[in-house]
Amino acid sequence: MRHDHDDEHENGSELSEMQLRIRALETVLAEKGYIDPAAIDAMIEAYETKIGPHIGARVVAKAWADPAFKQALIEDATAAVRTLGVINRVGDHLIAVENKPKLHNMIVCTLCSCYPWEVLGLPPVWYKSAPYRSRAVNDPRGVLADFGVALAPDAQIRVWDSTAETRFIVLPLRPASTEGWSEDKLATLVTRDCMIGTGLPKSPAEVG
Amino acid sequence: MDGIHDMGGMHGFGKVEPEPNEPVFHADWEGRCLALNRAMGAIGAWTIDEGRAGIEELPPDVYLARSYYGKWALRLWNMVIERGLAGADELAAGHALRPAKPTRRKFGIAEVPLTLNRGSFGRPAPAPARFKVGERVRAKNIHPATHTRLPRYARGHTGAIEAIRGCHVFPDSTAIGGGENPQWLYTVRFDGRELWGDAADPSLSVSIEAFEPYLEPA
Repeated sequence: MRHDHDDEHENGSELSEMQLRIRALETVLAEKGYIDPAAIDAMIEAYETKIGPHIGARVVAKAWADPAFKQALIEDATAAVRTLGVINRVGDHLIAVENKPKLHNMIVCTLCSCYPWEVLGLPPVWYKSAPYRSRAVNDPRGVLADFGVALAPDAQIRVWDSTAETRFIVLPLRPASTEGWSEDKLATLVTRDCMIGTGLPKSPAEVG
Repeated sequence: MDGIHDMGGMHGFGKVEPEPNEPVFHADWEGRCLALNRAMGAIGAWTIDEGRAGIEELPPDVYLARSYYGKWALRLWNMVIERGLAGADELAAGHALRPAKPTRRKFGIAEVPLTLNRGSFGRPAPAPARFKVGERVRAKNIHPATHTRLPRYARGHTGAIEAIRGCHVFPDSTAIGGGENPQWLYTVRFDGRELWGDAADPSLSVSIEAFEPYLEPA
């Protein structure tokens, strides 16, 4: 294994090289007793099947449907989300930022890729990429254009750089023509990207 | 550390390219890499800040060439060796050749929930907060060679305290083994033109989460 030649990395070789490195690491760490591979399997399964943006969508839908919950969410998102009980317990420092008709919020971590895992799952590749991390703070309208989103010219844009252990989730505007919808139905409008601020919720016509 | 990781405001990286229907992992090794890294954190092998520093210390060309989980794999490899948890010879052989180093705990099934819930970084305050909401502050022009969470684009610029987030573990300290040294954490909001000049989007404002030692009265 070429573990002393990282700088000779070639495109296309990462897959096999990384498979070998990770296999060696897991084998050695397990043989030494630091980790149980079954626990590694369980963690992977949780991120693949249990923890994802459906959790955040439930939070947003409840905030749209329940004004008291929305107020509690804005005041202390950690405490408010914990009252939902059945979803994953969140960390202590979750903050919900509310879009307004003339205010759009966007979340980034320019220094690494901090992201509210407990409510959105693991971040997509683009969120962790250099283009997003570099441009979100100085060209958010350009970033939104990459997602096919155009804001009104007079809308204010607020970018939240996640430079500490605080974590942010955007509370998007509730789409029009959804009066009387149940929380479950509202949740079908909530996309991952609209909770990061690189998208908008679906329109009622899109979900039928 | 003024490293390649500190990307806010840089030019030349191109468009953001969302992937439709992106899978959680693109290869099996990515999931195992994520879980192994989290597991080693859970047994106390290193703190979250030491781990971030381990990524930032990768050479810049490696940092840019590797995928996200590729960087995590290299960090895991390097830190396992640095911390004496396994030898380079053992990783090269793919088998343990010596007994384990004592750790706080082992990572088994019972420990999985520890890694699925984020820890708390709030700590009792050793002193009252220095700044009030609404107060004008300047991000210090500092360039520590070690891990810091003050991005370069904010340094030297003036903003306003928007919120006080409590007293938190100070990454600049824990990353270098200096203990938690808790500090007040603030949301500081900057006007886009303050950061990027008069040509910047006038509708833009940007906030950072700033520890008190990063700030001075403006």
